[in-house]
Amino acid sequence: MFHKTKSLAHTAMALTIGAGAAHAQEAEVIHFWTSGGESAAISVIAEAFEERGGNWVDNAIAGGSAARGAAINRIIGGDPSTAALFNTSQQYHEIIGEGLLNDIDGVANRNDWDNVLPAPIVDAIKVDGKYYAAPVNIHMPLWLWYSSDALQEAGIESPPETMEEFFAALDALQEAGITPLALGGQRWQENLLFSAMMTNVGGHDLWTSVYADKDEAAINSPEFREVIETFIRLKQYVDDASPGRNWNDTTAMLISDEAGFQFMGDWAKGEFKQADQEIGVDYGCLPGLRADSPYVLGGDVFVFPRTDDPAQIEAQTMLVETITAPDVQVSFNNLKGSIPIRSDVDATALDECAALGMEILSDPSRQAPDASQMMEEYVYGSVQDIITELWNTDMSVDEAVSRFDSALRN
Amino acid sequence: MQTAQLTWHVRRNAVAYLALLPMAAIVVFAYLGTMAWSIRLSFSSSRLLPRNDFVGFAQYTELFGTSRWLTSLENFAFIAVFFLAICFVLGTLLAIFIDQNVRAEGLFRTAFLYPYAMSMVVTGLMWQWILNPDLGIERTMRDMGFSGFVLDWVVNSNTVLYAVVLATVWHGAGLVMALLLAGLRGIDTDLWKATRIDGIPAWRVYAFIILPILRPMIVTSLVLLSISIVKMYDLIVAMTNGGPGNASEVPAKFIMDNLFERANIGLATAASTTMLVTVLLIIAPVLYSQYLGKKGSSA
Repeated sequence: MFHKTKSLAHTAMALTIGAGAAHAQEAEVIHFWTSGGESAAISVIAEAFEERGGNWVDNAIAGGSAARGAAINRIIGGDPSTAALFNTSQQYHEIIGEGLLNDIDGVANRNDWDNVLPAPIVDAIKVDGKYYAAPVNIHMPLWLWYSSDALQEAGIESPPETMEEFFAALDALQEAGITPLALGGQRWQENLLFSAMMTNVGGHDLWTSVYADKDEAAINSPEFREVIETFIRLKQYVDDASPGRNWNDTTAMLISDEAGFQFMGDWAKGEFKQADQEIGVDYGCLPGLRADSPYVLGGDVFVFPRTDDPAQIEAQTMLVETITAPDVQVSFNNLKGSIPIRSDVDATALDECAALGMEILSDPSRQAPDASQMMEEYVYGSVQDIITELWNTDMSVDEAVSRFDSALRN
Repeated sequence: MQTAQLTWHVRRNAVAYLALLPMAAIVVFAYLGTMAWSIRLSFSSSRLLPRNDFVGFAQYTELFGTSRWLTSLENFAFIAVFFLAICFVLGTLLAIFIDQNVRAEGLFRTAFLYPYAMSMVVTGLMWQWILNPDLGIERTMRDMGFSGFVLDWVVNSNTVLYAVVLATVWHGAGLVMALLLAGLRGIDTDLWKATRIDGIPAWRVYAFIILPILRPMIVTSLVLLSISIVKMYDLIVAMTNGGPGNASEVPAKFIMDNLFERANIGLATAASTTMLVTVLLIIAPVLYSQYLGKKGSSA
């Protein structure tokens, strides 16, 4: 009872609060998967956990930052949940540094995560030689989607494979009176477009040397300038009503064939599926615009707050095993639109785009970390401020370079 | 002598003071306490978690080197000046207009005050839809055949602040009207008769006699409007989310973003402390003239 009052004080938003360590294998999980497809996906994990004899206490909080804020407040307040959902990033690295998370080395080593998981994911969840988070899925945020009908109407025979072909297609679409590039003018979507230019124009090396190494020479290199110039060049292909538009309204422009292309994560597939569109017939997905385009690995992970209660630690271990089990991975990711974290699963159940993603992922040289894994949150925030200003004002390339330089190397 | 008086005073009102204690405790610990803690954190290197170190004015230096914060401050000043001025003038004119014993006065009063009953989120969302080129007036006019019609205020960096001012004025003007109308209704009719006998034109009566009498109402409405500017956050989030780019960012949104999305407590508290100091600097002269000034004149 005392536990209950205390947790209510810590998080006013948490409505379903378990009484801490009342039973063995009771796991209270804070997550932010509240939309239709998302909650269907997490219930796969919940059911699998209960089949193994656990008791899943669901604590869904709408909005990623609200859910993470609640989880962190509970951790600091000394009454943490059993597990909490974060993005595969540096969001939880500071709480690891403060010693507030339990490591899950036992399960990780038993299942040979060092070799089963892609290297960028390992880098994001392994800190000082210990595993602190269990990955659930891999989202690739930089897919290029296209409307087959719009391309056909503009006389484009096959989808572009290089940046030159991409720009030729954009011109053809513009001439045909179709919005060439669908973009929702919100900070994160503009940032996503810039990232796509980094990976497709600059390539793997520039992506990591600018964002991870924060290398002065790379930031001031002609290659990075070319990325900025290409980004600026895209402005003319976006419609006037773009600012403020949501990503799903933007995807709807492709579904109704009003626009040709959109850069968006694999979650956009859900929108096409809901509108009864068929891959390869009504729309298509391109992983990149160069043969060796990096496959950026975003996604979600569960972290396990520090506790000395053996029953809770047991529940945490069981959660990790459930989340990463091959059968759970396949059915979860099919509903979520992402791809499994491990390559040793049955890929036949996956759709065309996901299967293509799995295939690219099997080549380690094309695996790349997401930008949020290479920078602390506040640095990434200032980078996004520069990108949105670059897109919406007449900032010169020189100024952009010097702003990136001071934001990244500060 | 004075202390004796004071002790007597306290004894006499002991029960009243006792009843006030819980409230006083809440103000001191929950309100002033958290304020002091925020100021303390603004001098630390806190990012995701509060830290107890001391880094001097480093967060403030970083804050004033951040172009998004400087833009927020400029936008804040722009919105404050135009919103206050337009809202006040418009509200006063509406009040005077209704005070002319127009027909269907109740209808007008309701219509003008109605927007104030809307939440800021609804106001922002509604104006966003009205001004959105894809959905709103521009689309309607073009569908009606005016193909060259352009009304793109919310999606244009140069005009987005006008759109914000428009929405806030629509929301706030009714409040000024209601307050001033109440004041106008309280004016002695003999005053009007006297000025009519003297043959003073109506506009001069309003400008030089009536409005000075209404000073308390005017100050009240200005204070209420100013508060709504300082805390402006929900309207911006619903209407533009700070965009296009950083063109409609405001200080409150900068603080919230850094506090909750960017795990940058130090910078966020430095920004909120800056806002607190700014507000104190602005209201200090007002408070001084209201309280200390009066004491001086009555003595």
